[in-house]
Amino acid sequence: MALCYAFIFLPVGVLVLFSFQGGDLPVPPLHGLSLRWYAAAFNDGRLVDGFANSLLVGGVSSALSVFIGFLAAFGLARYEIPGKALLRALIMLPLAVSYLLVGMGLLVSASVLGLGPSLATVIVGHVVINMPLAFAICQAQLGEHQRRIESAARDLGAGTFRVLFGITAPMIAPALIAAFCLCFTLSWDEFLIAYFNTRFQVTLPVVIWDLLRGGLNPETNAAGSFIFLVSISVMAVVEIFLLRRRR
Amino acid sequence: MTHLVVETISKLYGASAALRDVSLTVAGQDYVVLLGPSGSGKTTLLSVIGGFTAPTSGRIHIAGRDVTEVGPAKRPTTTVFQDYALFPHMSVEKNVGYGLKLRRVPAAERALQVGRALEMVGLAGFGRRGIHELSGGQRQRVALARALIVEPQILLLDEPLGALDLNLRRQMQDELLALQRRTGRCFIHVTHDQEEAMALASMIVVMNQGRIEDAGPPARIYARPATRFTANFMGESTEFSGIVEAPGVIGTKVGKLPHEGGAAGAEATVIIRPENIRADGGGAIALGQARITEAVFQGAHYRVLAAAESGQRFNLRMPPAAAPAPGDVLTLSCAEVDLVPV
Amino acid sequence: MAVGMTRRTPPAGLLFALPALAWIGLFFLVPVLIMAGYSLHPLNDAGVPGPLSLADYAAFFAEPAYVQALVDSVVTTVIVVVASTLLAYPFAWCIACVVPRRYQRIALIAAILPFWTSYVVRSYAWLLALSPVGAVNKTLLALHLVGRPLMFAYNPQATELGFVHFFLMLNTLTIYASLTQINPRYELAARDLGASALRGFLTITLPLSLPGVAVGAFLTIVLCIGDYVTPQILGGFRELLLPQLIIMQVQRQLDLPMASCMSLLLTVLVALAYLALQRWLRIARL
Repeated sequence: MALCYAFIFLPVGVLVLFSFQGGDLPVPPLHGLSLRWYAAAFNDGRLVDGFANSLLVGGVSSALSVFIGFLAAFGLARYEIPGKALLRALIMLPLAVSYLLVGMGLLVSASVLGLGPSLATVIVGHVVINMPLAFAICQAQLGEHQRRIESAARDLGAGTFRVLFGITAPMIAPALIAAFCLCFTLSWDEFLIAYFNTRFQVTLPVVIWDLLRGGLNPETNAAGSFIFLVSISVMAVVEIFLLRRRR
Repeated sequence: MTHLVVETISKLYGASAALRDVSLTVAGQDYVVLLGPSGSGKTTLLSVIGGFTAPTSGRIHIAGRDVTEVGPAKRPTTTVFQDYALFPHMSVEKNVGYGLKLRRVPAAERALQVGRALEMVGLAGFGRRGIHELSGGQRQRVALARALIVEPQILLLDEPLGALDLNLRRQMQDELLALQRRTGRCFIHVTHDQEEAMALASMIVVMNQGRIEDAGPPARIYARPATRFTANFMGESTEFSGIVEAPGVIGTKVGKLPHEGGAAGAEATVIIRPENIRADGGGAIALGQARITEAVFQGAHYRVLAAAESGQRFNLRMPPAAAPAPGDVLTLSCAEVDLVPV
Repeated sequence: MAVGMTRRTPPAGLLFALPALAWIGLFFLVPVLIMAGYSLHPLNDAGVPGPLSLADYAAFFAEPAYVQALVDSVVTTVIVVVASTLLAYPFAWCIACVVPRRYQRIALIAAILPFWTSYVVRSYAWLLALSPVGAVNKTLLALHLVGRPLMFAYNPQATELGFVHFFLMLNTLTIYASLTQINPRYELAARDLGASALRGFLTITLPLSLPGVAVGAFLTIVLCIGDYVTPQILGGFRELLLPQLIIMQVQRQLDLPMASCMSLLLTVLVALAYLALQRWLRIARL
């Protein structure tokens, strides 16, 4: 079991360790510790732009994913609709196919419509792949207990929208936040769809990719370690919210 | 022929004791019921007998063999769990035949025995069904068949009837009893329901806070309980408390009553069951007069609560024909043999 | 109040699900259909989509290099699925059954922590470790175990290693989830009836955990066969996998119809995998 852990942590260990490399190459031997590569990374315009773009894409796509995923979960959980199973399968479908397909589909469609590559397409693509997850998370939280509280609210005279946004959403707020964080992390990391559909305005993973073309460089280590840190922090937030929920 | 000997078993979890120096002897064909409230240790005791929990001290002997160190696989006991624990990925016949398969019984012989076992529990022809297709009562029968087919020395049942509704429970009680008689094996059954215990057991073991309060045939346990807890747990009663005035006599609010043992001056209690208090003046021991405070119709009788001027409260039964009403004054008496010291 | 209740007619539910369904329909189904259509209009000599024809599909199977890439993709995926499942199961089992309950959460989180490095970054990190000047080689040299740096990177094995590393974590997660869902009473009952620890595991725990294994395997197949990053960074240029071909078609040949054709073939492979694993996947959904 220890071997497994060692195997799992090897690349990340090497990555983080050599981001502090004093020398010029992110490989042994380690010439003392230094933060200069982090400084270089933060000063690198491309990286900073990529970071900003990733934030934009992540934020917008996650918000959209959670919003329409929540609505769909509510609709399917609370109302009797014919062919519910089919609809559910349809919503979850993107999870069962490769990101390649989604990215390619959008690329080809954009090309057919005469649209160029853009961040908007990436946002659209990310919603396609993340919304099913948000849907699944919300659906798991909309059980009998919640239904009874909603019925009580209706009984007292609340209309549907008030119930939805005033009662249900706040009730499952931790799940919504967890879903948002998960979608954000996945969007933040996502490469293929972004690569296919952007040219000049790129997200962080694509920037790193371009950097890689230039060979091994501790600056990339620094950027990579930073990405790792952000991802972990976001997931830590999720853990705390989900943990508190587990009564 | 002692079949099971529990020898001063204790089970400690840190500072708290689930079982304290519990000792018990059971004969081969007994239907034993471990009866008690939650936390009394009855389930822990069952678990120790079955080999799932190792005792902190003490020994267990089954059929003359010391099995304290032996795990559940090798112990001659099988258990019917509270949620039945039927293997969801196997059919009924595969579930029932599992134990035989482990014992390398050849397939043809196995099929025969499984068929017989299913017939015995009234599920003939159910072999091919999946577990999820069965009702609660049917699942329990499969669990019974699975446990009995390997011919254990002792069958352990952990609150088997808890999940069933009232009618089904009564029916299953009859079936369990019939099954035990037919197979002639020792059953040990855990429950918190005293009526269930009295219906099934040839021996009731009343437990409380990790100790055995009383053990014996249901009739004796009910009529002459050894301790106050047992008396209260087995049913309602009227208590007379007082001080021992002389050997064999205690003084209570209703006067002197016969009693056994106890040093002079010590506090003592005698109880009497509601059905043994008479309001028709026929009993040898006079219990004084009391005014009815409540009379509740229960179908076959009235449950009557009465209070005397001395403060003594009475709980008795009266036939419907007597038509008792609150405010009536009763003259109460009883037979000497019905007064039980606890 | 009774009047208000009748507002709950079926169409209302559909209304809520509409944005989601519309999004999927518009931005997923339609693009895929467009792509499918595109694949049927191969480029003519002028570099413009020509008339309806299956020529691209024929061309794909006629070209040995392309077919080889397809085969390599399938073989690599199979190796990766088998290897990561075989490694992940004991690992997940240790976390679920050997580690005391209190530490299980931490153990699991520790096991999948590197999951959260960016995909690109992770493959890059493996390159760092495996390259001729990387950590592994330097260590071997320092320990005098080898005379020259060994070629760990830029070959198919490196790609597989990179994949297995990632999917080990994924499968550990799914198998762990599946194992902890099994009612522990089942194994107790099996032991009670006379099963040894091994027998109990083989006849009860293992079969009941298979749906979880299937889910992990399916996700692995989907993600592995469609991955571009790992083979591109670690694989060198001798053996190309299908996703790399697709990107080449898009970027170098500018042949979108061919790329679409290849993408659809990839999806067919995934669909085949789904059909193969369907039985267990359906149980898992229950």
